[in-house]
Amino acid sequence: MTRLMKYFSEGRTSGKHTLPFVVILLGVTILASAANLFLPADSALYVSTYTITLLGKYLCYAMLALAVDIIWGYCGILSLGHGAFFALGGYAMGMYLMRQIGDRGVYGNPLLPDFMVFLDWKELPWFWLGMDQFWFAMLMAVLVPGVLAFVFGWLAFRSRVTGVYLSIMTQALTYALLLAFFRNEMGFGGNNGLTDFKEILGFNLQADSTRVALFLITAILLAVIFVVSQKILSSRLGKVVLAIRDSESRSRFIGYRTDRYKVWLFVYSAVIAGIAGALYVPQVGIINPGEFSPINSIEMVIWVAVGGRGTLIGAVIGALLVNYAKTRFTAIMPDAWLFALGAMFVLVTLYLPKGLMGLYGQLKAKRNTVMNKEPQA
Amino acid sequence: MSALALNGLESTREFFRRDQVWPFLAPEQAQVNVGNQMILYVEDLNLSFDGFKALNNLNLYINDGELRCLIGANGAGKTTLMDVITGKTQCDSGTVYFGQNHNLLNKDEAEIAQLGIGRKFQKPTVFEEQTVFDNLELSLKTDKRVLPTLFSRLTPTQIDRIDDVLKTIGLAKHRFMLAGALSHGQKQWLEIGMLLAADPRLLLIDEPVAGMTAQETERTAELLTSLAGERTVIVVEHDMEFVRSIARTVTVLHQGSVLAEGTMDQIQSNKDVIEVYLGEEAAGEEIA
Repeated sequence: MTRLMKYFSEGRTSGKHTLPFVVILLGVTILASAANLFLPADSALYVSTYTITLLGKYLCYAMLALAVDIIWGYCGILSLGHGAFFALGGYAMGMYLMRQIGDRGVYGNPLLPDFMVFLDWKELPWFWLGMDQFWFAMLMAVLVPGVLAFVFGWLAFRSRVTGVYLSIMTQALTYALLLAFFRNEMGFGGNNGLTDFKEILGFNLQADSTRVALFLITAILLAVIFVVSQKILSSRLGKVVLAIRDSESRSRFIGYRTDRYKVWLFVYSAVIAGIAGALYVPQVGIINPGEFSPINSIEMVIWVAVGGRGTLIGAVIGALLVNYAKTRFTAIMPDAWLFALGAMFVLVTLYLPKGLMGLYGQLKAKRNTVMNKEPQA
Repeated sequence: MSALALNGLESTREFFRRDQVWPFLAPEQAQVNVGNQMILYVEDLNLSFDGFKALNNLNLYINDGELRCLIGANGAGKTTLMDVITGKTQCDSGTVYFGQNHNLLNKDEAEIAQLGIGRKFQKPTVFEEQTVFDNLELSLKTDKRVLPTLFSRLTPTQIDRIDDVLKTIGLAKHRFMLAGALSHGQKQWLEIGMLLAADPRLLLIDEPVAGMTAQETERTAELLTSLAGERTVIVVEHDMEFVRSIARTVTVLHQGSVLAEGTMDQIQSNKDVIEVYLGEEAAGEEIA
């Protein structure tokens, strides 16, 4: 009996959005892809390749928002440096794509990317070795952000750095990487980053079918990560994570090593951000140090705040909406976007502390009470 | 031979003593050794904050299965003592042993909690955003490492255990309520329930009846007395009425050390205690 009640209560609180979300996400993705590939370009329902790429980009941002939400919304760790993990994942993919160019670059050097030829380098730096293998590059795309998050988290959480100090440190981390990647001597293309990609796994990156495939893969991975994260967060580990957010010392006194939980959650989140970055780069066609900029990382936090932190679906919705708004807004008034973003953050913090999902919950609760009252009246 | 060399020889001998093993070679003993009927040994404990001596050569021994009350004025070191025992605060010098084999001073909070020392704070701290049931589930005595926690499932025994605790603390009806929605007294009870769910050997309870109604206080007293025997309970409390109703042995702390120890009656007639703690008022009562 108790277990039955428990089962229902769990179903009510955590997993209710998962199935509709996955169905809608995959449904829209498949319809949009089909409309791009099989409809003639003059059809009313035709979806342009530009739109497909834009949607794919949004989904990468949604995945990134998910990563931020998992540690901020659920564990209370406000990371203002998640752009760093995203960009590192992106650079791993970018390096692979650079090596795929081969001798089709401007200088026609079969081994060295153009910018190295330009810098008059004679051989490939050691960290570029192996990056011509897709599997190795993808391994790096998750491993590098993961290891960085582990080292950073291990040092920070073990010394019990929390709150605003931790946020500032994450900000410093991404800023330091920004400065480092700007340098030509680092061997990552400096200011210009990596671009002019030709193909991925032998498929032409400019082809519609490749674009659609990338979009589909992004959607599927987002769905998988969403479901896996939902599972993790509704397990007992998820409860411990919430407990750490609400009272870390209490969690310690009932026997949980909170620093270890935080480190592993941070690593998990960084890996998701790395995957998002790796999917982002082939779709937008460039990765440069700008992705490390602190403003980007703050924007991610705003997506989550707008959507509603502490709910995975909220993070996704927030990322999609804010980025759609950004696309529209920057087309009309590019200079005002940052002001709009700031205003949005202030308004959400003041009036919608739980974001759009919180608003939705309130409206639903209100409707329920009205509906419950009516029969009695 | 120079003094330095002699010193070195001494310490080398000390290091290679033949009657003991090095700590890292000794097998990890999960069981608490309560030979001598003692569960907690606190010896020569010193701790100062910026010159203020919070603990001053404090010695305290707790019998296995005892219910002990700690009383003392503000700043007498009651809460600080609990902080040191549970690993929250590092002491300057002294030893704290749990049973004969667990040195608590080189363990962190989580390890100490896993050994079976539960602590209730002065201000009730429960996980407000989670249900009463989840609060208890989190406190169960289980493997609390990251991976086992990820894959753990509630077993029927654990559910029964939670149900038992819910009954004991009188929150069976509120099991799926958010802990944040409970009243102050209920939160205090939930926190005690969380300690019980962990099945601890030693409970450290800081002001359990603060903010409780007379009825709730009475029930708390009953609960704590029923726990003693099977478990060891140390209670810090200001409410003298409450202490009188549960205490068998009372320890009075004053300025970081033990001033007196004995039954409530002995304590009340102890001259030092009357002077420094119970004050004029109690002295007057004694005469009247």
